[in-house]
Amino acid sequence: MSSFFNNVDWYDIWLATLDTLMMLGGSMLFTVLFGLPLGVILFLTAPKQMFEQKALYGILSFFVNVLRSLPFIILLIVMIPLTLLITGTSLGVAGAIPPLVAGATPFFARLVETALREVDKGIIEATQAMGASTWQIITQALLPEARPGIIAASTVTAITLVSYTAMAGVVGAGGLGDLAIRFGYQRFQTDVMVVTVVLLLILVQLLQSLGDRLVIHFSRK
Amino acid sequence: MIQFKHVHKAYKVGGREITALEPCDLQIPEGQIFGLIGHSGAGKSTLLRLINRLEEPTSGSILVKDQDITALDAAALRRFRQGVGMIFQHFNLLSSKTVADNVAMPLKLANELSKSQIRARVHQLLERVGLTDHAQKYPAQLSGGQKQRVGIARALSTNPSILLCDEATSALDPQTTGQVLQLLNEINRELNLTIVLITHEMDVIRRICDQVAVMDAGRIVEQGSVSEVFLHPQHPTTRRFVYEDEHLDEQEQLKRFAQITGCIIKLTFQGESTYSPLLGEVARHSGVDYSILNGRIDYIRDTPYGQLTLSLIGGNTAAALDAFRAADVMVEILRP
Ligand SMILES: Nc1ncnc2c1ncn2[C@@H]1O[C@H](COP(=O)(O)OP(=O)(O)OP(=O)(O)O)[C@@H](O)[C@H]1O
Ligand SMILES: [Mg+2]
Repeated sequence: MSSFFNNVDWYDIWLATLDTLMMLGGSMLFTVLFGLPLGVILFLTAPKQMFEQKALYGILSFFVNVLRSLPFIILLIVMIPLTLLITGTSLGVAGAIPPLVAGATPFFARLVETALREVDKGIIEATQAMGASTWQIITQALLPEARPGIIAASTVTAITLVSYTAMAGVVGAGGLGDLAIRFGYQRFQTDVMVVTVVLLLILVQLLQSLGDRLVIHFSRK
Repeated sequence: MIQFKHVHKAYKVGGREITALEPCDLQIPEGQIFGLIGHSGAGKSTLLRLINRLEEPTSGSILVKDQDITALDAAALRRFRQGVGMIFQHFNLLSSKTVADNVAMPLKLANELSKSQIRARVHQLLERVGLTDHAQKYPAQLSGGQKQRVGIARALSTNPSILLCDEATSALDPQTTGQVLQLLNEINRELNLTIVLITHEMDVIRRICDQVAVMDAGRIVEQGSVSEVFLHPQHPTTRRFVYEDEHLDEQEQLKRFAQITGCIIKLTFQGESTYSPLLGEVARHSGVDYSILNGRIDYIRDTPYGQLTLSLIGGNTAAALDAFRAADVMVEILRP
């Protein structure tokens, strides 16, 4: 048993796990920060919605589609100059967060838009009839009603981000993915590969079950 | 109270204009329950939603308490809407909020009362609609009738002077419908609340409305007090609704009359005369024999009425008709 894991430096694994968690936490934070408002704007300006704005919706939608159609590995490389500008480095956790956010935000925004569309129009209308302002409709009716959907969207996004962080390892971001590639793939240390994969798997499982629990908790239907 | 002046509404669909409401003049007096009846697509919801400007009129003006609401800016419109409650066919409660929070919502949005004042008001409203035990439940845990009572409590929370009801009972079973109508009837009396109510059942109109407007293809085709419109319907659409309510078919009835001898008349009793022993008396004095072809005794809101279709045979028919008229019974001769 111990001979199978003899390439594994558990301290390195621990550091890499921390890096992955930091990348995930940091990028998730900014993804929600940018993606939630973007999703709300997409929803509101879409055809036949409260603030139908064909031009604005068209531009935002195009921008989102472009970012989403770009393979993440390409985005990582294309983003390097911009990342340098924002964080001063294209390496490590800090260097990975801008491309992760750029990759996940459009994805998350679309999911938020879809979740908001699921909200019964009658509820928006009832809230309007009460004399609510647009801001009140968004904060008091739309977002609370779409909360389970937005939580589910966050779960999917977080899991996507886990796989993105692994990919970010390729360009020197660190983390479990980096470990898997450098040791597991390039030096044929299968044991390191197995350990990192298992850890990533556990992380994904944890995120999914946490998300599911929250969705159930907030679904009153 | 509510006044429509030449209000016209057209929707633009794919570049084409679809008229939902032909230019319409309408007055709804304060404190009344005003019914709007019509078939699907007649324009009832459109008319109702113009009153709180969920729809903007294409032309014309709408006055509420002498204020032209079509001229209100966004902020003034929001304040105006706080004074107009609305309930819906599918209740439109927020599934993410408890019953108490749903009822509190208009108060929170208006932001005029303190938290403790809101709590007290919500308790009072839930007591009024009989749902105090359900305050902390979510709408999904309630029955349809209970949900609509939450809807009513919510609509009343800001003390509105107008309540708009868009098919508020269409999703409910007959018994629950009765309870909800009863509640609307009571709050109309207690609060002198003006209620505008949409339905496609004449029965709902008959039970709680004071006035009714019948709509057909974007037009108000008949309008008046419920007893007038219900007992003497003129327009074909109105007649259809009334006959539907009586489970009668006009054509069928005419066919049946062909096989009956004698003079066929329809008597309408209202109020006191409904229960007086008139029929026997008139028959004795005029010497006519009668057979009852059809009959119904019921209420229009709180006034009893009766309608009888009779065939009169022999005796002095003219004297009988005069005697009925003298007793304040409305006589219609269906076939001399
Ligand atoms: N938002 C809209 N866009 C286009 N046309 C509409 C819209 N709302 C209503 N209409 C049209 O206006 C007409 C009147 O509709 P309205 O909803 O007022 O009818 P209604 O009498 O309430 O019918 P129902 O009993 O089915 O609710 C219909 O022909 C309908 O298709
Ligand atoms: Mg309707």
